[in-house]
Amino acid sequence: MMIKETYQVTAGDMTAAGDVSARIKRHMKQLGIPASVMRRVAVGTYEAEINLVIHSDGGRIDFAITPEGIDIRVVDVGPGIADIEKAMTEGWSTATNEVRNMGFGAGMGLPNMKRNADEFTIASEVGVGTDIHMLFRI
Amino acid sequence: MSDTPYFHSVRLDAEKCKGCTTCLKRCPTEAIRIRNNRATILHERCIDCGECIRVCTSHAKIAVTDPLEIIDGFKYKIALPAPTLYSQFIHVHRSEPIIASLLKIGFDDVFEVARAAEVVSYAISKLLITEDRPKPVISSACPVILRLIQINFPSLLDNVIDMISPMEAAAKIAKEEFAKKHGVPVGEIGAFFISPCAAKMTAVKNPLGQEKSYVDGVIAIKDIYTRIEKHLKEGFDPLEIDRASTVGIKWAIPGGETSAVGSRNSLCVDGVENVMRVLEQIENARFERLDYFEGLACTNGCLGGPLTVENCFVAKNRLASVVKHTAQRMVSKTEIFEDAVSTLRMTQEIEPNEVMQLRGSIFERIKRAEEIEMICKGLPGFDCGSCGSPTCRALAWDIAHGYANELNCVFKLQERISQMAEEMVKLGESTRFTSYRKDDGSKKEGL
Ligand SMILES: Nc1ncnc2c1ncn2[C@@H]1O[C@H](COP(=O)(O)OP(=O)(O)OP(=O)(O)O)[C@@H](O)[C@H]1O
Ligand code: SF4
Ligand SMILES: [Mg+2]
Repeated sequence: MMIKETYQVTAGDMTAAGDVSARIKRHMKQLGIPASVMRRVAVGTYEAEINLVIHSDGGRIDFAITPEGIDIRVVDVGPGIADIEKAMTEGWSTATNEVRNMGFGAGMGLPNMKRNADEFTIASEVGVGTDIHMLFRI
Repeated sequence: MSDTPYFHSVRLDAEKCKGCTTCLKRCPTEAIRIRNNRATILHERCIDCGECIRVCTSHAKIAVTDPLEIIDGFKYKIALPAPTLYSQFIHVHRSEPIIASLLKIGFDDVFEVARAAEVVSYAISKLLITEDRPKPVISSACPVILRLIQINFPSLLDNVIDMISPMEAAAKIAKEEFAKKHGVPVGEIGAFFISPCAAKMTAVKNPLGQEKSYVDGVIAIKDIYTRIEKHLKEGFDPLEIDRASTVGIKWAIPGGETSAVGSRNSLCVDGVENVMRVLEQIENARFERLDYFEGLACTNGCLGGPLTVENCFVAKNRLASVVKHTAQRMVSKTEIFEDAVSTLRMTQEIEPNEVMQLRGSIFERIKRAEEIEMICKGLPGFDCGSCGSPTCRALAWDIAHGYANELNCVFKLQERISQMAEEMVKLGESTRFTSYRKDDGSKKEGL
């Protein structure tokens, strides 16, 4: 692994939502990661970050560049997802009205992450947390 | 890209610069550094937005444009007034006297940029229907936003509409029409933009999307203001030019372009900081249902351009009244409109600008990035600007590239000074002790 950064994401803090993905994006731009890859990583990390803020009790995003490509790991400390298959369905969301009014909660985040990443795995346990891994080949 | 050195309109008047950090913190592309008590502009990063001109209390930031005399270099001279010009004069709520004044101060003809804007809008709306493009399509009219996308949002370059700006379109059409009407060669005709915008000057010198600009000079509204003003109260002959309608004149107001283009789901944002935030979101694919995006670097769009005279809010009010006195319908759609999709198309690709990128192989870039990260972690993270770099991260970049050192940071310097003071005290104590020993032998050792 050649470069690795960890960023903490606070639950519920909508004013800071997007800061981490913006920093990761900036990092990639500085490194000269091709625009098309950078764009896909940006979409994936942004959606993951928003989910951490809205749905989780807080967590972290790891950004790494490996010989395989850009490696993103998103780990939170709960509450976990009961039915992953449902959560991965386009349009399925448990977002509150308040969140929907802010323009989120279309139920597109997880499907978009999967679509943009070259490899996508998600594991979750209720009461423990959710762990997402995305790989973007350069 | 041409080999001639890049021309910037926005510059520093070093004599007037006091070396404060006002402009440093406001530059959207972090293109300013304060070194040796003076600001310097990193030319590769500057996008000529004019923010520094607006905030500098010493008026040390200036915009270079052409003097009116430049028109004398051409046998025939056409003025291309930006619609913003019509909003600049107190008690003048019509465009006619302003156009008539332009004819009195030495121009042979006037071609309203607003008229070209109508043609460009028409072509864009046609393109939006006939061609499948990445959404949202992004306007190419504001040169600052184009440069910003090149530097900070290269993944959005494919979204930019490949039409030349109304200013360029105006120059092209004006010269062609004039040449045809008067039977003179195009080479003898000069077209001069009457500009609210510093970046347009830069765009004329280093055009984007086309090899050479059609514009022969850019004259600042503030420089030509009094000369126009002098003639405003005089009577004038009926104007014998094709006039722009409300559609084109509204381009000066934020949202004017989007409404002229007529796309269903569009968004207009003004102010460079705001535009950056929205582009960030567009890049995150959060606006995929948006059809058209108009980003304007200046607050209140071109009405707030750095070369204007009037306050932009007052100007907006006045322009609304000029619009009321303007014919509503678009002038008849001649073949200029029908052909515009091909004739006013950009001919060159807009390439990403890689100044924000680290250099070397991917391996070297990663190493450098790690180095910057390390340095950054050692800095206090206040982003105070006292070091002369806009943020701690920017200073870390500068240190890693050898342009600055850690002690440029006042906090690091303070730390070092107290450290040194401590060492001095220790040193002082130990030397006193040894010299004492030297003088008096070892009798009082241990004291
Ligand atoms: N980290 C998480 N912790 C707990 N539940 C989650 C987490 N991420 C997603 N979910 C659940 O999965 C659902 C679907 O997530 P997804 O990101 O696809 O849509 P959304 O966040 O509801 O809406 P959108 O992402 O379109 O704004 C969420 O509504 C939420 O119930
Ligand atoms: S908003 Fe208008 S005046 Fe301001 S930079 Fe853009 S084009 Fe120039
Ligand atoms: Mg989501």
